[in-house]
Amino acid sequence: MNGSSYSSALTLAAGAVLVCAVAILWLASIRSVIKMVATQGIALGLVAVVLGVHLRDAGLLAAAAVVIAVKGVAIPLLLGRASGGDSGSRESRPLVNVPASLVASAALIVLAFVTGRSVARFVGTTAGALVPIGLATLLIGFFVLVARRRPTFQIVGLLMVDNGIALTAFLCTAGFPFLIELGVSFDVLLGVVVLMVLSQRLRIEFGDIDLDELRELHD
Amino acid sequence: MVLVAILALPLFGGAAIAAGRGRRSSAWVAVATNGATLVLGILTAVRVVKDGPISGAWGVLRADALSVFMVIVIGAISLLASWLGIRTMARERELEHGSPVRPSHYGMLVQAFVGFMLLAVLAANVGVLWVAVEATTIVTVFLVGHRRTRGSLEAAWKYIVICSVGIALAFLGTVFVYLAALHAGGHSAHALDWTSLMAHAHRFNPSLMRLAFALIVLGYGTKVGLAPMHSWLPDAHSQAPAPVSALMSGVLLTVAFYAILRFKAVTDLALGPGFARTLLVIVALLSLALAASLLITQRDYKRMLAYHSIEHMGLIALGAAAGIRLAIAAVLLHILGHGLAKSVLFLTSGEIMAAEGTSQIDGVQALLTRRPALGGVFGVGLVALLGLPPFSLFTSELVMVRAEFEVGLGWAAVLAMVAMVVIFIAVVGHARHMLLGPPPPSHVASPPHLAAPPRWVATPLIGGLAACGFIGVFAWPLSGLLEAAARVVAS
Repeated sequence: MNGSSYSSALTLAAGAVLVCAVAILWLASIRSVIKMVATQGIALGLVAVVLGVHLRDAGLLAAAAVVIAVKGVAIPLLLGRASGGDSGSRESRPLVNVPASLVASAALIVLAFVTGRSVARFVGTTAGALVPIGLATLLIGFFVLVARRRPTFQIVGLLMVDNGIALTAFLCTAGFPFLIELGVSFDVLLGVVVLMVLSQRLRIEFGDIDLDELRELHD
Repeated sequence: MVLVAILALPLFGGAAIAAGRGRRSSAWVAVATNGATLVLGILTAVRVVKDGPISGAWGVLRADALSVFMVIVIGAISLLASWLGIRTMARERELEHGSPVRPSHYGMLVQAFVGFMLLAVLAANVGVLWVAVEATTIVTVFLVGHRRTRGSLEAAWKYIVICSVGIALAFLGTVFVYLAALHAGGHSAHALDWTSLMAHAHRFNPSLMRLAFALIVLGYGTKVGLAPMHSWLPDAHSQAPAPVSALMSGVLLTVAFYAILRFKAVTDLALGPGFARTLLVIVALLSLALAASLLITQRDYKRMLAYHSIEHMGLIALGAAAGIRLAIAAVLLHILGHGLAKSVLFLTSGEIMAAEGTSQIDGVQALLTRRPALGGVFGVGLVALLGLPPFSLFTSELVMVRAEFEVGLGWAAVLAMVAMVVIFIAVVGHARHMLLGPPPPSHVASPPHLAAPPRWVATPLIGGLAACGFIGVFAWPLSGLLEAAARVVAS
């Protein structure tokens, strides 16, 4: 791959991760949000593929395969099955409505570019220049976590935070050694499984609720 | 070899519980394996202090004095917790009409939990450390939600969401440390090893390390329960079954703090002591202030113990902020003393709750006259936890304050002492209500068989407190290890 096609492929894949993050803010149906987070996982994997081809790094390509399998396929499938029985499968009353969320995401992206600039300059590579995209995805993930109230949306928010950090890691350091990458992916997968089982138990116990209606424990 | 054995022991205990379908005899096997972890930890400590660090499993595991000290803490507290866990499992079996499913799930998850904590402190590499700490969150979620009441499910949800976010930030911090290490010429396969980080830290980019350490304090600090990232802690610790609360409060918090201590040593080499100190002083004082203000009005005794953990984590963070060897040795002694006293108290509170049927402070009165054994252990445990002599927390708090004055943090030490006095008064007030006073008339006819726990239940509780008192009076068996461990992270 020559220099300019490498840089445009990388920018395209990393940009797709961020576009998916913004799209998740815009969507209300849980089904399409799950599709979008799957797309995001695949885009993240493609970032690793482009980097791996460019650096001729087999470990990175293996990591890319794990990322696509776990975040692009396995987790979305599990999430889809778990939310199948979710009768109100829409975020009907988000704490922040869609237009305001989009404005907030624009502000978060600006913030990410301001704070990420010094890291980007330090890394000093084509990939490093894209670090703010990873940070922006992370921040939007946080926003989903606090602004959405359905359990499935919160799981998606956590995944977005995680994808943002993974993207930053790929761009900064071309990923961790493969074994650690494997351990991290496994932890994420297990974490999502646990979250889903827990959200089903919550539904059995409390009925179909928003999370801020949980008010059993307080001081 | 010995390190692999230490990690295999809890797995063996878990396998025994699975094979024995959670029967009492299989639970005793788990107690024995946790006891063996403690013994093996002590033997390894003797060897490490004499001959220096050992590594195992192709360099994935490494034990220096700090690691083995943490292994001893984990071994001691998991011994106590799995011992009383037999009681929890028996109660589960009664509730489930003899079904073995939930008791054996419970036992296996606890053993997995202990195993991942051991992996975290024995990991040679910060990546493996991260994976292990994240895994402790995942295995404890179902333990927190084990009772499947509304409260425990809510606590479990908050716990996993908040801690996952926290630990994700710690991962980002780790990424930045890795980036700094690669730029300082580290080789990618080993750049994340503690030894390599410490060797190259002086060449790390300072502004990147500032960002990284801030993220690590925020991230691992969430799992430590430091304010303002503490909000999951009182819920999770009050809703989990008592032995799980004991493990979480007694060791899991400090295992996460162990990560901060290690990264602090790297950061200090890169930046000098000022940056980490400022950050830790801020979170420490916030935690102390928060614990003090919420302990005054606390109405639930398990939550009271949980907030008390936040206080002690604040004290430990302040001690670590001082950072000199004396302070770190005191911090480690405090980690052990707090672990022992707090786990005994949580385990006792589980017995009190089973006997009295409430976790409200108002619902429990005159324990000392009605249930002298439980009340006595609870009272003595609180004395230990409040930092009165002869218990080791008194010694460690005194030494920490001295070290803080030595490095010019006297003002923070004074503020901490103010918070401690407030907490002392608040807790003594709550304890007086629970332990003393006339027995309420409704309780006069309480069945006598509930009055005293059997001897095998009382033994670990009294033993834990006795150990805490013993190391308070005679620090000598530990002093060599503490010194060696402090030397690992303090120059």
